Amino acid sequence: MTDEILAKYEMTVGVECHVQLATDTKLFSGADNDARDKSPNSVVSPIDYGLPGMLPVLNRRAVDLAIKAGKALNSSIAHISRFDRKHYFYPDLPKGYQTTQLHQPIIGSGVVHVPMEDGRVVDVRIHHAHLEEDAGKLTHFGDYSLVDLNRAGTPLIEIVSEPDIHSAIEAKSYATELYRLMTYAEVTFGDLYHGNMRFDVNVSAALKGATTLGTRAEVKNLNSFRSVERAAEYEFRRQVEILEKGEKVVQETRGWDDNKQKTSSQRSKENAQDYRYMPDADIPPIVLSDDEISAIQADMPRLPGEWRQILSQLGLDYLPIETLLDAENEFRGKINILQMIEDVIADPKKAKFIANWNVNTLIPILRSDTNFKIGQTDYLALESAIYELSDANKLSSTNAKILFRELADLDELPNVETYATEKGYIQVSDEGAITAIVDEVLADPISAKAVEDLKNGNDKVIGFLVGQIMKKSGGKANPALAQKLIRERIK
Amino acid sequence: MTISEIKDQIKASSARVVVEKVIAKAREKAEYHALLNLTEERALQRADDVDAGKITGKLAGVPFVVKDNFLAFGAPTTAASKMLENFDAPLQATAVEKLEAEGAICIGKSNLDAFAHGGSTENSAFGPTKNAYDTTRVSGGSSGGSAVVTALDIVPFALGSDTGGSIRQPASFNGVVGVKPTYGMISRYGVVAMASSTDVIGSFTTNVADAELVSSIMAGRDDRDMTTLPDFFQIQNDVKLGQKIGLIKDFMTDGVDADVRARVNEYVEGLKAKGHIIEEVSLPMAEYALAIYYIIVPAELSSNLARYDGIRYGHRAEGIKTLAELYGRTRDQGFVTENKRRIMIGSYVLSSGYFDAYYLQAQKVRTLLINEFNELFSKYDVLIGPVAPTPAFKLGENTADPIKMYLGDIMTVPTSLAGLPAISVPAGRSESGLPIGVQLMGPSQSDARLLALARSMEVK
Repeated sequence: MTDEILAKYEMTVGVECHVQLATDTKLFSGADNDARDKSPNSVVSPIDYGLPGMLPVLNRRAVDLAIKAGKALNSSIAHISRFDRKHYFYPDLPKGYQTTQLHQPIIGSGVVHVPMEDGRVVDVRIHHAHLEEDAGKLTHFGDYSLVDLNRAGTPLIEIVSEPDIHSAIEAKSYATELYRLMTYAEVTFGDLYHGNMRFDVNVSAALKGATTLGTRAEVKNLNSFRSVERAAEYEFRRQVEILEKGEKVVQETRGWDDNKQKTSSQRSKENAQDYRYMPDADIPPIVLSDDEISAIQADMPRLPGEWRQILSQLGLDYLPIETLLDAENEFRGKINILQMIEDVIADPKKAKFIANWNVNTLIPILRSDTNFKIGQTDYLALESAIYELSDANKLSSTNAKILFRELADLDELPNVETYATEKGYIQVSDEGAITAIVDEVLADPISAKAVEDLKNGNDKVIGFLVGQIMKKSGGKANPALAQKLIRERIK
Repeated sequence: MTISEIKDQIKASSARVVVEKVIAKAREKAEYHALLNLTEERALQRADDVDAGKITGKLAGVPFVVKDNFLAFGAPTTAASKMLENFDAPLQATAVEKLEAEGAICIGKSNLDAFAHGGSTENSAFGPTKNAYDTTRVSGGSSGGSAVVTALDIVPFALGSDTGGSIRQPASFNGVVGVKPTYGMISRYGVVAMASSTDVIGSFTTNVADAELVSSIMAGRDDRDMTTLPDFFQIQNDVKLGQKIGLIKDFMTDGVDADVRARVNEYVEGLKAKGHIIEEVSLPMAEYALAIYYIIVPAELSSNLARYDGIRYGHRAEGIKTLAELYGRTRDQGFVTENKRRIMIGSYVLSSGYFDAYYLQAQKVRTLLINEFNELFSKYDVLIGPVAPTPAFKLGENTADPIKMYLGDIMTVPTSLAGLPAISVPAGRSESGLPIGVQLMGPSQSDARLLALARSMEVK
């Protein structure tokens, strides 16, 4: 498949994303919602088990999280929403139906602004999002299968996008942004390894300029951003190949094999089930007032969009901003990377320093310094002290990093300036003191050639002279000041 | 036998003696096939606990029976089906728990149409229950067993469930008081679900005061059933005078048995004599109630019965090779014909392309029916009519003709669809000696007022 042929076609992608809600208990029962590392069928209540006579009891906390998700998706929240039953027989579905929301979902249409590395922002509209329960899990062996209902009844919201995505990288960026939105809104724990967010991508290909979309195939159950990207790309190429041969794409559900990096057919539309949807009369409608909705939404942490605005106002670019947003999730609960910036936002110069410090120093240490362990240190106090010392020209950037590393994994922070002074990290910015050293160095015969060269316009040798001054001062001289003084003397 | 008589007997002897006597009488009356299982061991243990003072309450030691679609300890909960023939409930229905908390003792579990699908108990997988007054006739249903144990004076009260008349019709057929409360008055938790939007829990008693007592114990909000209402049931000692009562003339046509009409008219005369005002009213939507009912209820029950798949509990077919075969054979063997008929109707009306035409349309007409009731109850305190078009029919008489069987529900389903309280009280006998009931219906949450009215009309 050549790039020219691919370029004739446009890819169109819509994404359905299942987000596992961060509730303590299940959507309709009091069973523990955390099935990770639990032995099979150990967190299952009679309700989850589908015992005769059991009735669902809606978990109000799940509703609150849906309301938060709605804000993150820039969506309206329905004043009245209802549950429906989706019927099919499968051993992982204890009641013979999944309780979901078909006709009146809790979250209405919205939009996600997806920032791209090239500076574009792709707006992906949200069709709706609804609350539903997860099914259990089957494990297949030779001639039998085992059922584990630990996950049955786990609350999910399914976020359904419009087909507004037109490249694999956009699909990946959208998935990434959804992840950020849902984790920042504290809707989900975001444990991708345990399937806290799963993506189904609907991919179609059509000649550019075509007025209708091509026939789509749905690739189900992707659990990483990279697999979203790869599956979309693979599926697009597969479909273009079919179309180029003059054949038709079959509307079907496909699976993604992460090892083979390929999709394969699972179920065609002809075999699609009739789910016999009907309203669930056991669950009264969820009725929400504007006051309730705004009270819950007012009590939410900042979302990625707000952070981007704040950080770009400080003068940060795309990459450092995205680094901070990612790191916030990566180290959530251990270090409040963004909150540190927010705490000093009244002083933009300092806030920018802290932001950059986090990007350039703290985050690389957290990610790759294997000897580093996060202690009880007040990181903001430490970084603030470094900021003050640097701002007062008392600390070189090299010494600042050394100082930070030495203090960053202590459980108790000493007085930073005292410590730096004792360690000899404080640089001398006293002009009189440095002038004496400068004069001494310039008079030294070792410097004679360099002084001559400098006079003749070879500017590079100034580094040698500054180096001599640093050596004589025991590394404490402010190099910028030293350079300035040299230039004043040699014109 | 009344609850207070039983309590006197307990005082005079002991709970153990009374429970033993009751169980002996239940065995004596085995030919009626009203009970599927006795909960003897547990009942006697509880009786001893009452005698030892460990169990107390308003109903301390009073024996009762539950329909076998209530989850209760001491015997399997079969729903009169092969599907649940050996199913032992790990917990009890809220209604049972509340009665036990007042000291009542469940002595057995009564027969019903399998999964409560039917109006005669002839759909029980274990054979029909016979009428308390004529063993060649049906007990009515689906709560036939509970009606008969009450009518035979085995226990002073029994519990049933009513989805479209399953308490009121057998009460009428056996000459006892049957109460279908307002939807949501009593928790459905722990009762095998039939149709979620019309299922209610209620009682059979020999007199109205006992129904009031039992209702007052079972009523109230249950955190395990989101459709329950805050407790509104307060026994009314005084009956409201000069009530305006509408006699539903649509239920008094020539097609209705002459004895039934005569008994209802006599009851109406009695109400007049007490100073109440009677007017004939019409309920035009009643004509459609049966059609609505037999769309919505099968739809809901097809969904509620989907869980019986042979995977986790209950019957599982032997010798199967594929998953589809497991489902097919298990459900074929576990359900009776009427279950399958209703599941198929329900699945059909919910199918893609038919949902709007059947289910949604039926829900719209249901709203019109509810509006019509609201309209009537803006003018009348109570509506009155027969419970069923005939007294108890012969065993086997209607089994070949499901439509004829369904027509028998015509007077009870309208209030079920509207979620309104309705009670069946004895109004005398037919010429051949069969009991006939009269039905009193009220607006939502008027249960206590309806019962007070019925109590004022009782022949002492």
